[in-house]
Amino acid sequence: MPKFEYAPAPESRSIVGIRESYGLFIDGKFTDTVDGRAFKTISPATEEVLAEVTEAGPEDVDRAVKAARKAYEPWSALAPAQRSKYLFRIARIIQERARELAVLESLDNGKPIRESRDVDIPLVAAHFFYYAGWADKLEHAGFGPAPKPLGVAGQVIPWNFPLLMLAWKIAPALACGNTVVLKPAETTPLTALAFAEICQQADLPPGVVNIVTGAGDTGRALVEHPGIDKVAFTGSTEVGKQIARSCAASGRKNTLELGGKAANIVFDDAAIDQAVEGIVNGIFFNQGHVCCAGSRLLVQESVYDEVLTSLKRRLGSLRLGDPLDKNTDVGAINSAAQLAKIRELSDIGEAEGAERWSPPCELPAHGFWFPPTIFTGVSQAHRIAREEIFGPVLSVLTFRTPAEAIEKANNTPYGLSAGVWTEKGSLILRMAAQLRAGVVWANTFNRFDPASPFGGYKESGYGREGGRHGLEAYLDV
Amino acid sequence: MPRVCAAQGIQPVTVTATTDLRGFLHGLPGVDRVGAEGRAAMLASRSIKTTAKQWALDMAISMIDLTTLEGQDTPGKVRALCAKARHPDPADLTAPHVAAVCVYPDLAHIAASELKGSGIHVASVATAFPSGRTSLDVKLADVRYAISSGADEVDMVIDRGAFLAGDYAKVHDEIVAVKEACGETHLKVILETGELLTYDNVRRASWLAMLAGADFIKTSTGKVTPAATLPVTMIMLEAVRDYRDAHGRQVGVKPAGGIRTAKDAIRYLVLVNETAGDDWLDPDWFRLGASSLLNDLLMQRTKMATGHYSGPDYFTLD
Repeated sequence: MPKFEYAPAPESRSIVGIRESYGLFIDGKFTDTVDGRAFKTISPATEEVLAEVTEAGPEDVDRAVKAARKAYEPWSALAPAQRSKYLFRIARIIQERARELAVLESLDNGKPIRESRDVDIPLVAAHFFYYAGWADKLEHAGFGPAPKPLGVAGQVIPWNFPLLMLAWKIAPALACGNTVVLKPAETTPLTALAFAEICQQADLPPGVVNIVTGAGDTGRALVEHPGIDKVAFTGSTEVGKQIARSCAASGRKNTLELGGKAANIVFDDAAIDQAVEGIVNGIFFNQGHVCCAGSRLLVQESVYDEVLTSLKRRLGSLRLGDPLDKNTDVGAINSAAQLAKIRELSDIGEAEGAERWSPPCELPAHGFWFPPTIFTGVSQAHRIAREEIFGPVLSVLTFRTPAEAIEKANNTPYGLSAGVWTEKGSLILRMAAQLRAGVVWANTFNRFDPASPFGGYKESGYGREGGRHGLEAYLDV
Repeated sequence: MPRVCAAQGIQPVTVTATTDLRGFLHGLPGVDRVGAEGRAAMLASRSIKTTAKQWALDMAISMIDLTTLEGQDTPGKVRALCAKARHPDPADLTAPHVAAVCVYPDLAHIAASELKGSGIHVASVATAFPSGRTSLDVKLADVRYAISSGADEVDMVIDRGAFLAGDYAKVHDEIVAVKEACGETHLKVILETGELLTYDNVRRASWLAMLAGADFIKTSTGKVTPAATLPVTMIMLEAVRDYRDAHGRQVGVKPAGGIRTAKDAIRYLVLVNETAGDDWLDPDWFRLGASSLLNDLLMQRTKMATGHYSGPDYFTLD
């Protein structure tokens, strides 16, 4: 038994008021479904039912798109400074309600409160502040003297960073003068519904933001709706390909942010202790439910033993458990389906001959949990080195030279992110130039900023979100 | 004289020349400032409540080197401090005593007689504390004087000038000489990290001190700002952890200066817990050099026991 046992330090749930059931947010109001049905959203940490949510049918989606269409004319004609005003207002309300939103996010998603409190929600507010500033400066963004919005955007977001992905989608769309219909993921609808309340609180004109909850069918109805001018999707590569096909048929603009299998490359002259932190942050942050996760660790052979020893020791100090406990480092897996997928791929890893290791770690009896896991002896041919696991599972490979590191890092159908760890600045620049990935982090990992564009190469998608580049996806350029 | 060096994962090697010592120290993995400070800040956000807080407050009290290092120190002041060290809270005798009382050498005999039989150590600064700017002979005489006056722990300062000039051999050999003069007396080596400035230097100085025989490595004299910080202490904890892996010898760590509140102290304990681990969560292996910290710990302790805060007047000054 450890000497210094941290007592439970749970964040209070009392700050959050969850309704028993939620309708669809259409035209500025919560409305009942016309042709949908109800489903339950649960806390993945306890399997407790949190609320009943509506699965929108095609008729509901049609109503939402029509409301967005009706709102588009006046919203796009509004003085840009007025659009700024609404976005600034939303950003401030998010800051004011930050604690509540953090608790709600952790409850519905399973991520540790430390992450929702210190990462997700501050970034959500920052994103709205950032794009609020762009709304009246679009003519200086490099897209011509008077760039025009696209119209109505249909947006489908994933469950890993529910409110943050909402912010990435809605903030630039509104700043550019578009209106939106957004579908949150079926396992994490609650913060999007709280955002709908925030839109009401901010007096945002009705129809500018519409939130339709539901699963795959609702998403399909939305992205294939003829009244949509633009599709923005973040999620799996498989669904992304379907969306690309449907958009190609209709000639509709789309941006896709899909999967990844990022290489985190540690050179022998790296600051080892910080590199180990970066490896941990790269793959165990948010239980590895991160499209840009550093799921493939490439270690230079000359420091392999040193890095692995430190890494295993560090994993021993990770605290897995109640997402609402302020000292939790690793929370719950988001759903039973995701847990099954992580288990399946991990079993395949073992069957293919890789060596599996997890620290001694007691998993809670209820809910969906998976221990932090490392696979060593992995080669490029293993499925766990090629397929996205989207869980707390790290595949460790080695390399001998920078050239080999680049070759291995790029040898993947994905290209979302990469990490480079070395004390040598020139090597960082050389690696960054040759890595085919949308984001290359140097001596850090999983750092985000609204001013920095984010997006993929190859099967990780196209289009950029964030920064000046992120405006392009919502302008007619 | 030959020096034995080893880093994590590297077999100990014997180093005989200054250039080898330099090669070894500069071959240690670097420290990334942003990453190190980020990690320390994350650990500072740990929430230590209820039973964990109770445990931590008592552990912190028992790790204090209760210190007075002023020109105006008198025998009376030291006697009062020793009384405080033995019974930090006269109103609550369940409060543990501190680890040591730390004074200048000329007052060590007072502390030694006051603390006899209490189990509290007598620490004395020496080697021309705090600047260390004198000859080796004078430094060694200072050490012998402190020990003969009753100190069983000596806190020496390294020659920061020599370290920054790259004369690692001089720093090393001076520590070896002091260690020899100490004999069985416990040697704490003060790096004065506020003058070394970079985390790379902190890591190198830590290894240098340990290779030369330090029993403890200590951040600061308390006379230079910044004194102890969380990231610096974390780098030193990593160093003692890695040094034990390579050499099998455990070295203690003592942050000193600037630690004033119970909250600060608990943050240091979290740092120990999640960097070096259980083996260092012990007054024999981790100390807090402080003076005003003690009363804040006692106030928090009373608050935990009674449910309300008493005013500062309910705790003895010294």
